Amino acid sequence: MPDGVAIIGVGFTSLQPSTPHLSFKELMFEAAQKAYLDAGVQASEIDSFVTCAEDLNEGLSIFDEYTPDQLGAVQKPMHTLTQDGLHGIADALMQIRSGIAELVVVEAHSKASNVKTPEWLLDYALDPIYNRPLGFNPHAVAGLEMNVFLHETGIRAEHCAQVAAKNRRNALRNPVAAYPLALTPMHVESSPYVAYPLREAEIAERADGCVVVVLANEARTQRSHSKAAWICGVGFANDSATLESRDWVRAEYIRIAAERAYRQASIQNPREIRLFEVDDTYAYKELQHLIALGLYSEGAEAGRSLEAGETKPDGKIPVNVSGGALGMGLSLEASGLYRVVELVLQLRGQASARQLADVRLGLAQSWRGVPTTSGAVVILGTEQPK
Amino acid sequence: MSARKVAVVGAGMTKFMHRALETPKELAWLAAKSALDSAVMNLSQIDCVVLGTAPDAFDGVHMKGEYLSDGCGGWKKPYLRCYVGGGTGVYAVAQAWFHVASGLFDTALVVCEEKMSSCLPHPQAAFLTIFDHITEQPLKPNLLWIFALEQTRYMETYGIALEDIARVSVKNKRNALDHPAAQLGANLTIKDILASEVMAWPVHRLMVSPTSDGAVAVVLAGEEIARRLSDRPVWIQGVGWCLDTAYWTNRDLAYPEYVEKAAWTAYRMAGIREPRKEINIAEPYDPFAYKELHHLEGLQLAPKGQAPKLLADGVFERNGDLPVTPSGGLLGVGNPIAAAGLMKICELFWQLRGEAGPRQVPGKPERGVAQAWGDLMQVGTVVVMGTKEPA
Amino acid sequence: MKLQPEPKLVRGTPLDEKTLKRGKTFSVTYEPRLRYSWDTGQAISRYLAELKEGRLIARSCRKCGRVMIPPRMFCERCFRPTDEWVYVKDTGKIFTFSLCYVSWDVRRLKQPEIPAVIEIDGASPGMGILHVVKKIAPGKVRIGMAVRAVWKAKAKRIGSVTDITYWQPIKN
Repeated sequence: MPDGVAIIGVGFTSLQPSTPHLSFKELMFEAAQKAYLDAGVQASEIDSFVTCAEDLNEGLSIFDEYTPDQLGAVQKPMHTLTQDGLHGIADALMQIRSGIAELVVVEAHSKASNVKTPEWLLDYALDPIYNRPLGFNPHAVAGLEMNVFLHETGIRAEHCAQVAAKNRRNALRNPVAAYPLALTPMHVESSPYVAYPLREAEIAERADGCVVVVLANEARTQRSHSKAAWICGVGFANDSATLESRDWVRAEYIRIAAERAYRQASIQNPREIRLFEVDDTYAYKELQHLIALGLYSEGAEAGRSLEAGETKPDGKIPVNVSGGALGMGLSLEASGLYRVVELVLQLRGQASARQLADVRLGLAQSWRGVPTTSGAVVILGTEQPK
Repeated sequence: MSARKVAVVGAGMTKFMHRALETPKELAWLAAKSALDSAVMNLSQIDCVVLGTAPDAFDGVHMKGEYLSDGCGGWKKPYLRCYVGGGTGVYAVAQAWFHVASGLFDTALVVCEEKMSSCLPHPQAAFLTIFDHITEQPLKPNLLWIFALEQTRYMETYGIALEDIARVSVKNKRNALDHPAAQLGANLTIKDILASEVMAWPVHRLMVSPTSDGAVAVVLAGEEIARRLSDRPVWIQGVGWCLDTAYWTNRDLAYPEYVEKAAWTAYRMAGIREPRKEINIAEPYDPFAYKELHHLEGLQLAPKGQAPKLLADGVFERNGDLPVTPSGGLLGVGNPIAAAGLMKICELFWQLRGEAGPRQVPGKPERGVAQAWGDLMQVGTVVVMGTKEPA
Repeated sequence: MKLQPEPKLVRGTPLDEKTLKRGKTFSVTYEPRLRYSWDTGQAISRYLAELKEGRLIARSCRKCGRVMIPPRMFCERCFRPTDEWVYVKDTGKIFTFSLCYVSWDVRRLKQPEIPAVIEIDGASPGMGILHVVKKIAPGKVRIGMAVRAVWKAKAKRIGSVTDITYWQPIKN
């Protein structure tokens, strides 16, 4: 049995639509100080650091140039992953298992408010030869996917509206969330179309924030005073890069990632997991991702499950108790890490008004957004996997 | 720690060109395919793909790691892109090393790609965006500034003559004449180098590697698989990487401490106590001529300020006591940023297997070190490879 | 066994500038429309505000005793918040310099730009900032040379590092 790896500390800033008084370095310093205090470690003890960031989200090239100082990583091993924070967790786990590090820090943040041309930025991610010249709003990629997804699964538009309403309402009990709102499905269904059948109220709005996570090997975790959240399984994968050759109905990248994570965690039935924090950048994605995670045997079941309230906080499989991206705000590469924060708080019994009973296993899942098919899955638990 | 042993079992690369007809995906594909072919493997035997590529600003695509994923073989597979500026090409091997050493994956394909020529009016202009957006960019700095500032400091601190620096260009461009992928192989003299125009004193044109397009790939495998796949796997004996402060103007640039730290991490892992004696070949990062010397000192292969003398004495020639950059390096083969670092790893792979043909260093080299550098004079990434299995 | 030299096969089709300019190959051009408005935060906002007033300001850390410029709210060595604002002089010494004959967008310059790292008087040793030097013959610049900031007229200062137009040698 491979050595255990656990999260022994998390530090985070609350998500806000904008953070004009703090530079990204100052946001990172705040989250790092909180994380190291939570973990009971000194910055000088940390062996390796991982930042999850994209140059063009920051507006600076070779962004890792600007990350070491505020994390206490000067003249230490540090690298960037241009991936979501959950890939960073996988990276840290692999470093620890390889024996090259005992304590690894993963950081990701969002200063999305500083990007004044977000749609042009997304446009810049489209294929320059086959897609960009068509000049469509990049959200259309999600619209295209949502349309065929609903068509093939029999899930209805009103289900997606219910997801948006659920998550915005869940955010009311999350002090970290940027967009809490007592929204009803009817409100969602009357918001304008951005890219049919995708409505404006179904698109997560961006927010600024930073999360720092401290991971430790087994020995170091045993010596730690904080309640450990053990990493039971981790997986990440890509499907096709091109729009033209991808699966438009199934989130294959999550099916593959989840398979790996479940196998490592020795989980036969996903319903053994107490809560799910899944990507809902667009409301329909929550359902698509839940299907890919194997929670339902067929698509239509996802709609029925939602209708029956199964994915509400008091339901059988609470999904996005944190409020998700719709409720908390979309935080670029930090998105997955905010989900990890929710899981850690729940596992520790520190989730206050959102606390569920009997939390022993939680799953966080991320997706990197349009036009990617990149995602990751992390399963955390109160006990080391056997 | 008994980490699982990992070896390189295959390597391949494209030509390095000033401008390629091929798209970034096609460049990645050509390199990836050629590495797989060299290992006699197909993509289904690859468990994960690691991409290394430097600023998105060049290829002209945001999230270019995602864009390149299919060209690299990252389809329906675990895939990620790692990034430390120019250090990426060697760092990507360290990244893939721990993918496999951790036990999570048995085989890994590492691809490094760069297509700089897409950027208009000139890729060099894109480097403006690596400088601090508030405290430096308003001054309209040029990438050349930072190298020239460092070279001045290095020369002044150790009393190094420009001729000594020019000698690196001579050696590397000449070595590159024997490299089939080389963009810049040439037979030049010190005089030729110094006669080339001054770009940013004390840097002359022929001391700078120009922008390039190209891709390189290697295949890594865990020990049992490596032994099965290859009769001569080259073992990764040590890895190290180190990032210094963003405040580069608060540091003395004369000596790269971050290279030293990365090197010792790798050397310690490899059980090396006296690098100068125990390393048989070195491929340090040479985007500018003086950098090779600077890095050799950081790598502990020459005392501080002494690398120029050892070079002048012939120690670093292919048939010298410690061959340095037998490939021809960035100055001779070319500098498609991330791909250039991985090209150095490939060179060690081929040299240690006796397959480097006209570039082959004599004797039977058993152990080599490859190093890349990047950012604002900040990051050192080091990999030690050898014919002997790690203990 | 004779080993074939590696790499055996290297592919790639070099494309020369002439072929490209004559439009003999297909290409797609795109100009990215990316605009950012960066929050300068506590440390740098003050730095810029002081520049507008014609002053340079630094931050100090009580633990290691360093006086740091550009200022920062955290000491990266001690990993703790920095403690005080400290005004420093607008004079300094050249730590390193270059004579650059190529602009950032690759145009050849007749008169070289003289970028330099300038150690600021009043800050800790080795604390430099990047800037440009003027009013000196390129061949006369030396490491260690004393220089002074030349400021824009007050009305023209906007709170930018370019409120100092350049640095020039101190004549004594």
